[in-house]
Amino acid sequence: MLLYSDFWLLFLRLQIIPMSKNSENNTEWPLWEVFYQPKDGKPFEHAGSVHAPDAEMALQNARDTYARRNEGIAFWVVPSEQITASTPEDQGPFFDPANDKPYRHPQFYSVPRAVKKRK
Amino acid sequence: MSTFDTIPQTKQDALVEILLRLADDRLIHGHRLSEWAGHGPELEEDLALANVALDMIGHAASLYSYAAELEGKKDEDYYAYFRDDTDFKNIAMVELPKGDFAFTIARQFLFSAYSYFLYQELIKTVDDEQFNGMLQKHFKEIKYHLRHSREWVLRLGDGTDESHQRIQDAFDEIWMYTGELFDMDDADKSAVEKGLFVDVESFKNDWKNLVNSTLEEATLTVPDYDQYMYSGSRQGRHTEHLGHLLAQMQFLRRSYPDAEWK
Repeated sequence: MLLYSDFWLLFLRLQIIPMSKNSENNTEWPLWEVFYQPKDGKPFEHAGSVHAPDAEMALQNARDTYARRNEGIAFWVVPSEQITASTPEDQGPFFDPANDKPYRHPQFYSVPRAVKKRK
Repeated sequence: MSTFDTIPQTKQDALVEILLRLADDRLIHGHRLSEWAGHGPELEEDLALANVALDMIGHAASLYSYAAELEGKKDEDYYAYFRDDTDFKNIAMVELPKGDFAFTIARQFLFSAYSYFLYQELIKTVDDEQFNGMLQKHFKEIKYHLRHSREWVLRLGDGTDESHQRIQDAFDEIWMYTGELFDMDDADKSAVEKGLFVDVESFKNDWKNLVNSTLEEATLTVPDYDQYMYSGSRQGRHTEHLGHLLAQMQFLRRSYPDAEWK
């Protein structure tokens, strides 16, 4: 039954999301991005998104959607519209300059012999 | 032990009776919730209701399994699938049709609040390691069921005119079935004496306070606690709805007793 409910979730997601984008009177709840912390001290990771009328319900929906298999210990929920994203056009100026700067990686530097010996 | 038998005498009989009472409430309520699968008001809420349904059916399954072990039955399915409506010991509130979303939420809130206080007391009291261990495990999920349904009562009550009216109607309609939450019969009292149950009167005020404060915060009117209350379900006198529910739930298993998931 658990497995069934997961398939059905996927099915509904595929069905509903394209439909709602086309509807003129959109009464759907706002979208929230969900982040979870896998362990104490670890950085939060993006889990996905949920619809919810407010922050408390977004947390609860995150729990019911993304905390089914011991994924983590904490959640953040953020209104999706509050996220500012870079555009595809930004990719060049933002990311390409790093291409020819291998010295920014620690692997660029050779480890001194004295340090290697200690291993 | 079937429904119209005398009061359980031994500790084991008393324990089985309590296990079945708790489990029947949870199985029937869980089944009613499962009827929402695919029909929830929003995808996320559909999933939330299915999660609560699975939790409650899971609680029932573990309680039934322990009863089966004590009574020498094959497994938990015996209790779920091979008993008739008069053998079921659940209260009437949980067998009522699922109604609209407001009704489902009103029922979930009243029942989860009751379960919350009941389990809190049972965990302190129950003198049986295995039973107590189950209660502690279920309790975490019950806390969430209460939080989820309480937040919805607040939002529906203090929401639109329509949502306010629907949840008010739901509380008014279900109110006469809340009396059974606090009925204590001889089987309950016998279990209390054996350290297997608690006097439900001991947390009735806590339950009322939580219900009153939640309904007030939700701008709802608390119905009259002294109105006529339905009773007798624990002894097998059910509403017409349970038979229909069981027909659907038990049909496959009874028609094909040896069917297996492949």
